Amino acid sequence: MLRFIFGRLAVLVPTFIGVSIIAFSFIRLLPGDPVMLLAGERVMSPERHAQIMAELGFDRPMYIQYFDYLINLLQGDFGSSIISKRPVLDDFLTLFPATVELSICAILLAVCLGIPAGVLAAVKRGTWMDQTIMGTALIGYSMPIFWWGLLLIIFFSGYLGWTPVSGRISFLYFFPPVTGFMLIDSLLSGQPGAFKSAVTYLILPTIVLATIPLAVIARQTRSAMLEVLGEDYVRTARSKGLSPFRVIGVHALRNALIPVITTIGLQVGVLLAGAILTETIFSWPGIGKWMVDSVFKRDYAVVQGGLMLIAAVIMVVNLIVDVLYGFINPRIRH
Amino acid sequence: MAVVDTNAVPPSGLVPPSGLAEFWFYFSRNKGAVIGLAVFTIILLLAVFAPIVSPHSPSIQNRDVLLLPPSWSEGGQLTYLLGTDPVGRDILTRLIYGARFSLFIGLVVVTLSVLAGVMVGLVAGYFRGRTDTIIMRVMDIILAFPSLLLALVLVAVLGPGLVNAMIAISLVNLPHFVRLTRAAVMTERTKDYVIASKVAGAGTTRIMFLTILPNCLAPLIVQATLAFSAAILDAAALGFLGMGAQPPTPEWGTMLAEAREFIQRAWWVVTFPGLAILITVLAINLMGDGLRDALDPKLKRS
Repeated sequence: MLRFIFGRLAVLVPTFIGVSIIAFSFIRLLPGDPVMLLAGERVMSPERHAQIMAELGFDRPMYIQYFDYLINLLQGDFGSSIISKRPVLDDFLTLFPATVELSICAILLAVCLGIPAGVLAAVKRGTWMDQTIMGTALIGYSMPIFWWGLLLIIFFSGYLGWTPVSGRISFLYFFPPVTGFMLIDSLLSGQPGAFKSAVTYLILPTIVLATIPLAVIARQTRSAMLEVLGEDYVRTARSKGLSPFRVIGVHALRNALIPVITTIGLQVGVLLAGAILTETIFSWPGIGKWMVDSVFKRDYAVVQGGLMLIAAVIMVVNLIVDVLYGFINPRIRH
Repeated sequence: MAVVDTNAVPPSGLVPPSGLAEFWFYFSRNKGAVIGLAVFTIILLLAVFAPIVSPHSPSIQNRDVLLLPPSWSEGGQLTYLLGTDPVGRDILTRLIYGARFSLFIGLVVVTLSVLAGVMVGLVAGYFRGRTDTIIMRVMDIILAFPSLLLALVLVAVLGPGLVNAMIAISLVNLPHFVRLTRAAVMTERTKDYVIASKVAGAGTTRIMFLTILPNCLAPLIVQATLAFSAAILDAAALGFLGMGAQPPTPEWGTMLAEAREFIQRAWWVVTFPGLAILITVLAINLMGDGLRDALDPKLKRS
């Protein structure tokens, strides 16, 4: 098992270097002068230009600049915002919990609805129920989620007035962040109504972000179940006289879940891409909105650092999924 | 010596179905796929004949009818079937013209990423070794970024606009085709027919493109369909974020972005562009499911 983990880590190193080269080149590929872009000053004298150039190290050979960048990365220095001057890592760590909270809720919703829906569709194969579930799943899979979010806002926030439109919690409540997760912090604060408020703010973004993973998981569960239901051991379990619930829930589902878990792991990238749109629509203060805002504000130092950090998160999560997968399915370790 | 007439017609009923007929037999068994194909054909025709079928001009602003509701609701006019947008342009017309952009984006993105992906995947799968390792590591790097984020940043580098959005989306789609082609080539390249053709003296290029590639096409066609719909969604998302097609282009995502501030006052300016995206993408995905059933030999029961 340890060898397996180290093997995976070894593959990560070249990917990490490649990602850092892309993030490094990003600033240099942008049209315009990197000094102007990074200094954020519109007019400057040639002397000032040369001074900043030396300050930022742009006057040195490219490979030394890259090497320096890599060393900084490994020391946790991801650059600083041109506008706020705050370190990118600090902003990332402040905003990341909001995205994680939203993503966890979304994936929980997707798993809790998607797996039972997929199992039901497989067991009732060919019936109207199967067709309804799979039809709905295909619609969810084809959904432009930015539009879906707007529709939900029109209906639930505008027409019914049930849910707020943007943010994480009502401004009536204020408490210092402890964990960064609003649901937990609002409970810890002990303020009456705070938790409920946090839930109402969370509910629509969660539904929007969960839509595509939910559809993918339901489809994958159905096809995995169909494959497993034809196996000998399922027939044996049936002929032993076990209840259908036990046959499906224990004998079939446990084996069908292996490909489903891979699918769930693959949703991390989908979730982060979805977070960009979802957070923009609901003004959710997470890293997705942060990245979009930074692109628009031309705060390229933040975009560069954010790219690196997000790619690092995805690589680590993929590694964890890989290792978990090796744990569940010992065959792939060898 | 007996002469075998290869053109002789076998007894009736024993004619093997042509490839196309066999394909249609499996494809048409999937009702969803046929519906998808029908809807897609309609959208395609609307896009091609947009200037003829659309009731108005997509760009002329009629100041008398700002934010007119759809014809069936109160205050709507029959000439503006789906209502008008905040500057008085007919929404139906803009949606029909928008179909041109979306289908064009899908076509260009799929063509670019299939051509490039198949080439790179063929090389990686056929030559293996160090070439393969380097190519796959590069693909891993692309896959380490969320696709939409990478596309967004690429467009920021290249400058916002439809062409750059298409280039960015093609690049983000590339790894899927490379991986798929490589996997298919790796299973095919050791098969007897490939070795036979090598023994017969076929050159590397001939083996790669004429011997191996045609036998790897089935999964690629299915993936290309999925990539087509994904490209439409991604381009619309970039347009929505303001980084794709720029106003006043009647691109569906861009239309949604322009309409966002009116969501509380005029539901139709938001609803219809999104519905157009959903219907188009859904139709293509339905076709994709049918194609998979028809082309995947594992699922064929015969």
